[in-house]
Amino acid sequence: MNRIWAIIERDLRRFRRSPTLIIVSMVLPLVQLVVLGYAFGGKIKNLKVGVVDQDHGVPAIKLKEMFQAVAANARTFDTVPYSDQTTALRDLRTGRINGILNIPPNFSRDVLAGASPRIALVEDNTDQFSASALEGSLDQLLIPYNSKPIQPRLTADATLSIVEIYPYVPYIQYLLPGTIVMAIFISAMIGGGIIYIDDKARGLHEGYLVTPIRKLELIMGFNLSGAIKAVLAGMVLVTCGSIIAGIPDPLNILRLARMAILVMAAALALISMMFLLMVRVNDPLVPRAIFGVLNTVLFFPSGAVYPIQGFPPWMKVLTAVDPFTYAVHGFKELVLKNTGLMAISFDIAYLLGFAVLTMAAATLLFRRSL
Amino acid sequence: MFDVEVENLTKCFGDFCAVDHLAFNVEHGEIFGLLGPNGAGKSTLIRMLTTLVPPTSGTARIFGFDIVRDANNVRQSIGVIPQAMTSDLDLSAEENMSIFAKLYSIPRDKRRRTIRELLKAVDLDQWADKPVKMFSGGMRRRLEIARGLVHEPKIFFLDEPTTGLDPVSRVAVWEMLAKLKTERDLTILVTTHYMDEADKLCDRVAIVDHGKLVALDSPLKLKASIPGKNILEVSFSEVPPGWEEALKRLPEVADVKSDEHVFRISSNNGPRTTIELMESARAAGIAVTSLSVQSTTLDDVFVHYTGHQLRDTLQAAAGYDSTFMYERKQS
Repeated sequence: MNRIWAIIERDLRRFRRSPTLIIVSMVLPLVQLVVLGYAFGGKIKNLKVGVVDQDHGVPAIKLKEMFQAVAANARTFDTVPYSDQTTALRDLRTGRINGILNIPPNFSRDVLAGASPRIALVEDNTDQFSASALEGSLDQLLIPYNSKPIQPRLTADATLSIVEIYPYVPYIQYLLPGTIVMAIFISAMIGGGIIYIDDKARGLHEGYLVTPIRKLELIMGFNLSGAIKAVLAGMVLVTCGSIIAGIPDPLNILRLARMAILVMAAALALISMMFLLMVRVNDPLVPRAIFGVLNTVLFFPSGAVYPIQGFPPWMKVLTAVDPFTYAVHGFKELVLKNTGLMAISFDIAYLLGFAVLTMAAATLLFRRSL
Repeated sequence: MFDVEVENLTKCFGDFCAVDHLAFNVEHGEIFGLLGPNGAGKSTLIRMLTTLVPPTSGTARIFGFDIVRDANNVRQSIGVIPQAMTSDLDLSAEENMSIFAKLYSIPRDKRRRTIRELLKAVDLDQWADKPVKMFSGGMRRRLEIARGLVHEPKIFFLDEPTTGLDPVSRVAVWEMLAKLKTERDLTILVTTHYMDEADKLCDRVAIVDHGKLVALDSPLKLKASIPGKNILEVSFSEVPPGWEEALKRLPEVADVKSDEHVFRISSNNGPRTTIELMESARAAGIAVTSLSVQSTTLDDVFVHYTGHQLRDTLQAAAGYDSTFMYERKQS
């Protein structure tokens, strides 16, 4: 135990005296949370929609008025009147407007005749987010437009009532679990990847190898020191990130204690995985080169930024084995739903099992020679 | 029983054998030097003896412990200073030592006492709590020497401990090693490519070249083993045919080796050979363009046994490295 502690002590003393390392592993994920949270989370507003009225009848005017009312209030879009479709299409292609609402010449006649009147939304589908926002707004607009002036007292039409069991979750809060795991991963990548290989290349490990320390003690020492640093980074994100993202009651002791348990399990899993990947590597360029790819391969399939249900089958396989998946799921439960540990017991069990397996494999592969 | 027993130790990397059937013993209490150019196999040998690299064949025992079968007992018995400086720059001298003492499971009280004593022994007690990044190269090397002794080993392996140090620091390290050897009853095995270091520091020197043991004895006996007491290095304005034979016929000359226009003449009486040489050159109408006379050194011993100068090998190694770096940059 004394030898394991010696490795941990050495690593932690160096970490404490390296402000750059502390900033990189703790502050940068917070910056990422804020930037990504607000870059993706906002409601889309002030899209420019050209209106081409080729009909000019009363129903068309009513439709335009409703359209302008939405533009004035919700401000999802602003209307730009066009006298002809050719000019509007040219402006759509050059990016001056985001879509065109086209009211055809026979629209009023079809409305009055009850002959399925049609209007068209011509959209710039290269921007899926803006196009979807426009489609949604127009669908909502047509519901009151199509409703009968006098509603029957009793109706056979089914209606849907939506009940949200949790308070509104802004995107920055949705992103927080993934960002916590990312902070733990960055710390694991630096400690278990970059510093480990750099120390090896500088000959520091030679100093360990000539002492009577056992293989398992070395691996345990490296893993635990890396895990402690990752836990520190994770807990900074858990507290500061919760405050920044506006999580209710962010400093609740019980909640923080539950989070700490999950942070520890995630830290152990990720640092052990990193050691397994690096155990036979000697070139200091390797961890730097694979950092970005590893980040993508682990982070995005985990459901941190997009629901898993939307992934293709091959990616779901990756999701099933990815330790990020279980860490992100656990943090979502704790951060967004404030559940107890029972709700994430499988996540914790998976992460700990993953840590034991990868650490055992790393110990088997570790060479106690140069 | 010897402290170190090496029997036919070999380490090959593919077809290339860095250490080729080396055999020697090191007695208790001696400073044993492994002298050779870069690439001679010194570091590979020391890494095998310190259990860092498994041998291809042959055996070695440290205090009777086999380096392969009893590796952990070997590690407990030895102190090792690798070629690279491996102290943590962000940690203080005391912290660096304390961490290594813990790796050897030394109890707290003994740990503190030993660290204090060792830092004093290497003249770093004033700097105990200062970060190592403030230290000069010589101070760092002294700290590493102290660190290597923290578990009180009886045999100490040092791989080129003075490489990269300035002359003053080198002398300080030599003196420190000699003092520690006496005070702590140490056996020291040191590798070096500095002839003067091996000459002044070592009780016995093994000359290693291309992984093979070329000569082994005390510096004094090694120098006495080659012909002549003095070496004359002389160059001439021109070299007529048969000039080398003429030089060999000069009085007191034991041997002559030529390297283009430079002749190395081994003489049993340097001053007399010099006078005769000057007269012969004048009589032949040849001008002496440079001349130096010196006592026989280990450098001459090295040349005698290997057929080439140590500095040539070092330059060749440096030239190879720079070419390699240039090629890498180009690619």
